[in-house]
Amino acid sequence: MLGNIITIIYLVSSVTFILGLKMLAHPASARRGNLIAAVGMGLAIGGTIFLYHDPMTGLALHNYKWIFSGLLIGGIAGMVSAKRVKMTSMPEMVSLFNGMGGACAALISIVEYNNLHAAMANGVPEGIKLSIFIILLGLIIGSISFAGSMIAWGKLNGSVKDSSFKGQSILNIVLLVFILIMAAWVINHPASALWVYIIFIFCIVYGVFFVMPIGGADMPVVISLLNSFTGVAAACGGFLYDNKVMLTGGILVGAAGTLLTMLMCKAMNRSLKNVLIGSFGATATGAASVEHGGAYKEISMSDAATIMNFSSKVMIVPGYGLAVAQAQHICHDLEKILTERGVDVKYAIHPVAGRMPGHMNVLLAEADVQYDKLLEMEDANDEFKTCDVVLILGANDVVNPAAKNDPASPIYGMPILEVELAKNVIVNKRSMKPGYAGIENALFFQPKTSMFFGDAKKVLQDLCNEIKSM
Amino acid sequence: MGRLLQFIFDHQQIIYIVVLMIFVGIEVIGRVPSVLHTPLMSGANAIHGVVIIGAIIITGKAEANNYSALILGFLAVILGTLNVVGGFVVTDRMLEMFKSKKNKQA
Repeated sequence: MLGNIITIIYLVSSVTFILGLKMLAHPASARRGNLIAAVGMGLAIGGTIFLYHDPMTGLALHNYKWIFSGLLIGGIAGMVSAKRVKMTSMPEMVSLFNGMGGACAALISIVEYNNLHAAMANGVPEGIKLSIFIILLGLIIGSISFAGSMIAWGKLNGSVKDSSFKGQSILNIVLLVFILIMAAWVINHPASALWVYIIFIFCIVYGVFFVMPIGGADMPVVISLLNSFTGVAAACGGFLYDNKVMLTGGILVGAAGTLLTMLMCKAMNRSLKNVLIGSFGATATGAASVEHGGAYKEISMSDAATIMNFSSKVMIVPGYGLAVAQAQHICHDLEKILTERGVDVKYAIHPVAGRMPGHMNVLLAEADVQYDKLLEMEDANDEFKTCDVVLILGANDVVNPAAKNDPASPIYGMPILEVELAKNVIVNKRSMKPGYAGIENALFFQPKTSMFFGDAKKVLQDLCNEIKSM
Repeated sequence: MGRLLQFIFDHQQIIYIVVLMIFVGIEVIGRVPSVLHTPLMSGANAIHGVVIIGAIIITGKAEANNYSALILGFLAVILGTLNVVGGFVVTDRMLEMFKSKKNKQA
């Protein structure tokens, strides 16, 4: 009887996951969708704790002290960190939580392997090869996802720098093959309990090497990919316990995450293989900097204020620099001041501006910028030629003309915001250093471009004051 | 070949779920506007936190004196809960902003 109730609970939870994901894909219902999925998750967790019975022994779960204290600690820590995190740090937070899920899947595999190993003392159970295969699959995917997410997290918050060495991609492949050989060996010789830890360590190393050389603009793709990895790792658990809700939830995220990854690659016009193997930057920086190392001109505060004040249309192009400087509110203030003076102000949002797709939308929404002021790339590109001024705030690669006209550039073929169609381009950056992808930007050296160096928040603040005093 | 067929036959229920879920997953987010990419990724991230069910099971069925399983399971429960709670709360915070703005417009 209890077994039937838990089956129904799992069914309901699975449906809430599907519904939730579907509603998350539409602006009007997104928040409710998230809530519905959360309720389904709560049901599944509660049902498991109180109603689950081991199908082999028929025993209910015990060790409630351990389970509830784990739930409590994880719940409080998750709640506090999620409530406290700044909007700019959202992407790395997602990466961090994703890593936690991966680690959870890996730990489950380790414990299950040990259980299996202990059970083998009483003879080899039937179907053991399949169980070990699933366990190892969950272990490998989960731990790679964990290590990769931690590196991605470190990269996004600036504590880990891009690094690669010669032959790294070959080493990665060798490492992966080695892991698979070890796994195959363990499946056929499930002898020592030690192996599972050795594989775990190798997977961690692989996960680190896997993400380490992937730089800058590609981080969103990597996080999305690792997100779908963790989904598959969770599904392995579902297979192992014949648990339908883990299976549906895991595969659902695995499939949706893979599609999202591909959508992002498409937005950057690159293939996934290219993202993962071609380490961005190293060769291109040298070539491109020689080509464009010309002169650029700076613009003074009063000139910038004047030209914007007397424009009829200004387009703002936000990028990661805006997010880092937490300048979204002051940016909205500038927009309001200019609007009061009859300037038509809009925002051009590149799909991969910032560190995650939609990053800029979330950021500007926080500052109460009106939805209809945000133009998607195609619409913005139609409007640039009617703009007097384009103000670029900490964006770089998404406005780099090399994507259009330099086949040698690593970002060649990526659709960009064609800001050079406007009459004037003002670029706010902290320095002349190349952007996250490590590529020189020829836009900065064009005659209609003026550079405006400084932290975005301070620059915008000064600009607001200057325009107000006019 | 025979073993593969036998495998598919033995696990047809699970295989059906996997195949259908792949289609559902792709279909469900097929036409998501780019505005919602970040919240959607974050929401999906929270949903794969369902892995916590496995963590609860391994902790709950461990022998009371099997401390390695208990400690690893306990850790897994903490990590899984972090994934679930953090994931849903972060997603909600992102979406909250869209909502408050819409109210002001209305």
